[in-house]
Amino acid sequence: MILVFLDQADGEIKKSSLEAAAYAAGVAKMMNTTAEALILGPTKFNLSTLGNYGITKVHAASSEVLTAFDSQVYTTAIQQAVEKSGAEIIILSNNSSAKAIAPRLSIRLKAGLVMGAVALPDTSNGFIIKKNVFSGKAFAHVKVETTKKIIVLEQNAFHVTKTEGTASIEPFEPTVPASKIKVLSSNKTTGEVLLSEASIVISGGRGLKGPENWHLVTDLASLLGAATACSRPVADVGWRPHKEHVGQTGLAIAPNLYFAIGISGAIQHLAGVNRSKVIVVINKDPEAPFFKAADYGIVGDLFEVMPKIIAAVKKLKDVA
Amino acid sequence: MKILVCISKTPDTTAKIAFDDNNTKFATAGVQWIINPYDEWYALVRAIELKEADPSTVIHLVNVGGSENDAIIRKALALGGDEAIRINKDATDPFDIATQIATVAKAGGYDLIFTGKETIDYNNGSIGGMVAELLDMPYIAHAIKFTLQGTTVTVEREIEGGEETDECQLPLVVSCQQGMAEARIPNMKGIMGARTKPLKVQEPAPVDTYTSISAFELPPAKAGVKLVSADTPEELVRLLHEEARVF
Ligand SMILES: Cc1cc2nc3c(=O)[nH]c(=O)nc-3n(C[C@H](O)[C@H](O)[C@H](O)COP(=O)(O)OP(=O)(O)OC[C@H]3O[C@@H](n4cnc5c(N)ncnc54)[C@H](O)[C@@H]3O)c2cc1C
Ligand SMILES: Nc1ncnc2c1ncn2[C@@H]1O[C@H](COP(=O)(O)O)[C@@H](O)[C@H]1O
Repeated sequence: MILVFLDQADGEIKKSSLEAAAYAAGVAKMMNTTAEALILGPTKFNLSTLGNYGITKVHAASSEVLTAFDSQVYTTAIQQAVEKSGAEIIILSNNSSAKAIAPRLSIRLKAGLVMGAVALPDTSNGFIIKKNVFSGKAFAHVKVETTKKIIVLEQNAFHVTKTEGTASIEPFEPTVPASKIKVLSSNKTTGEVLLSEASIVISGGRGLKGPENWHLVTDLASLLGAATACSRPVADVGWRPHKEHVGQTGLAIAPNLYFAIGISGAIQHLAGVNRSKVIVVINKDPEAPFFKAADYGIVGDLFEVMPKIIAAVKKLKDVA
Repeated sequence: MKILVCISKTPDTTAKIAFDDNNTKFATAGVQWIINPYDEWYALVRAIELKEADPSTVIHLVNVGGSENDAIIRKALALGGDEAIRINKDATDPFDIATQIATVAKAGGYDLIFTGKETIDYNNGSIGGMVAELLDMPYIAHAIKFTLQGTTVTVEREIEGGEETDECQLPLVVSCQQGMAEARIPNMKGIMGARTKPLKVQEPAPVDTYTSISAFELPPAKAGVKLVSADTPEELVRLLHEEARVF
């Protein structure tokens, strides 16, 4: 049996967790078994609709205690769900909570762990999973040699196809220790598209000259329902917040479209974005290294090109 | 207070990524090695700042690797830190690395263990959580701010779309990223001092294998960029809509 842990934010299941659910169903199909889900804490999500992602049963622990995140508490709860359900393979989505839970769970369950999986397992010769390494510049095929296995799926790496189906819901009451971590405050921008989950990302570099010109990035982003990002020097000088910085030392993303404006495409920047499906580059320098990694591009002055692009997108989206 | 900082060695951020031996080994010829940026810029420097604030603090560095790692360990010692322990094993299985580090940590009785957010070669981000579990300590990942008052720790950590501030008591394990500290370069005094600081080499503890890398693969090369004239940017919008179908 395959068990997928569904991570929540404010009572909603994260998009990346739904990808993990569909992936779990994919693994289950390969191995002739079923995929069940685990959810911790009260939820607003209609759990039976998880059947649309191929999940047959949901273990739902609705205790309020589980609202605050603590990897020790969550690991214990997941371990109990694994014992109760008899799961052999545990799947999580590669987001901030999984990064803290999965390694602990690996020790607890004596289960080999693959962080950042990008494909379904290859079971022709053992159990091998492809994952990102060298910051998106290569892949490794990792053989998991333990009976129990944990796979942490990269965000945006697995395409979800919905099916018909209804998942049954089974209440689950884990016995967890008191948390040693007290959450003092949490500060989240709401209403914005999350950079880690976005399917379109519009990004700006030093070529924009200053924060006062950022409307060229944000206007296009809001028209396309996209998230915004930036290069490291832009965050370093404070034109944009650090959480927008992508690259080797920032966030690594893999959207369907990465639209880079006035970014040179240094190797450390590419490391965070080169898994994007389509890369568009706007740069006045034809020699900018980014063009080598791009699918589409315009060699030109962004201050002339971008207003025209924004106008054309407005026209396409039919907004005045 | 005793702090343990986990230091790993990675290829320089501009290194060419290629593989030898039928794609089973990273090709190291001509590669420059550095301290993993997260470990150096954020974990180590924040530990040094804590020692500057309280000089009774002791900082130990730990690395799991062969003798070829001594150069980067010395560089870390030049930045700061009192002594280093290298566990003599060329390991890639995170379970193996974490078990070795936990063995050192248990013996040393540390109050605080810092790791980097992830290594820029294997990109696992799993060592900190594994060590925390092996030591039964709380773990806070992706810390961007860390303050200490007595034995009470306040950590700001990155979550999707924002930050969360947590409070916890020592001992604990923290993985560090941008925001924790500002990168520094070692000064002459540090470089001279590093030569005489202890670098202890320890033999590894026996462990089971959880995972192994069977092969590497490079991503397929891009087909090449399709350029649109700067005079007709609306043509780019049309291509993205009709050909690439990304919006
Ligand atoms: C260890 C290490 C780690 C690093 N990690 C990261 C990382 O994670 N992320 C990251 O981004 N960087 C990282 N860097 C920095 C990286 O090497 C580059 O310096 C950085 O990405 C450059 O940012 P940029 O492209 O915005 O600026 P620049 O390199 O200054 O490029 C600006 C570009 O804008 C173009 N331009 C200027 N004016 C116009 C105009 N009017 N119209 C159109 N185009 C214009 C220029 O032709 C140029 O190509 C790292 C560096 C090191 C050493
Ligand atoms: N071989 C190693 N020796 C010491 N510390 C390591 C080693 N590998 C990883 N680490 C630490 O664990 C962190 C996360 O590594 P990883 O889980 O491999 O991405 C790194 O930033 C280091 O702080």
